[in-house]
Amino acid sequence: MKIALQINEGPYQHQAADSAIQFTKAALAKGHEIFRVFFYHDGVNNATRLAIPPQDDRNITAEWVALQKEHNLDLVVCIAAAQRRGLIDEDEMNRQGKDANNISEGFRISGLGQLIEAGIEADRLVVFGA
Amino acid sequence: MAKKFMYVNRKPPYGTIYALESLEVVLIGAAFDQDVSLAFIGDGVYQLTKGQDTKAIGQKNFSPVYSALGDYEVTKIYIEKESLEERGLTLDDLQHLVWEDEDDDWAEKDSIRLVSRAELADVLDDQDVLLSF
Repeated sequence: MKIALQINEGPYQHQAADSAIQFTKAALAKGHEIFRVFFYHDGVNNATRLAIPPQDDRNITAEWVALQKEHNLDLVVCIAAAQRRGLIDEDEMNRQGKDANNISEGFRISGLGQLIEAGIEADRLVVFGA
Repeated sequence: MAKKFMYVNRKPPYGTIYALESLEVVLIGAAFDQDVSLAFIGDGVYQLTKGQDTKAIGQKNFSPVYSALGDYEVTKIYIEKESLEERGLTLDDLQHLVWEDEDDDWAEKDSIRLVSRAELADVLDDQDVLLSF
């Protein structure tokens, strides 16, 4: 089955961010295709490469990056939600004249149309959080 | 073939950003020619209340945007009857949302459909994609 995910909550604050990773791993292990993972609301914070969780804790962003590399996942961060919350990539940093960027490798920034397209193309859209 | 997309709005308009960012998805999604409907349940019914004034909380009052949904061809807005009643509200407390039917000489028609919890369950069951906020 072709599955898309929408993640609405940030890492560590809310179980949804962890559940989404565990769901993704389980779905891939069962042979399903992950069409896209769309990060929305505070979910965009899952994409920061600057978080420093305690060493004896899980690193949620790093887990996504590892999954992305292994399975070539399409991890999309909503640009409108990201800009509001200070999540930007290098292109956006230059365009907006900011002095830093923080989006991790493995994620890309795009628009809400990517979420709608995921709903259209996937057999199931599974929403985590909110 | 168009899919049935339903946006389920469950949160009050202020206090969290879910309602505003849900509306942003609805407006973008309208460009995709899908069969779109909205549902307002629980505290989500407060999103449509008339006469919202956000001055004192220093936030943008985005409630006028709902009245533009008809122009985006979003014409099916389900309100759960029990959710209204549980909060002491009636349809008169909500904005009167309409759309113009081009197949009927642009007649103005009601967008709001007041449904019971049981009826809404059937509508939800009939959807292809549910986005809940």
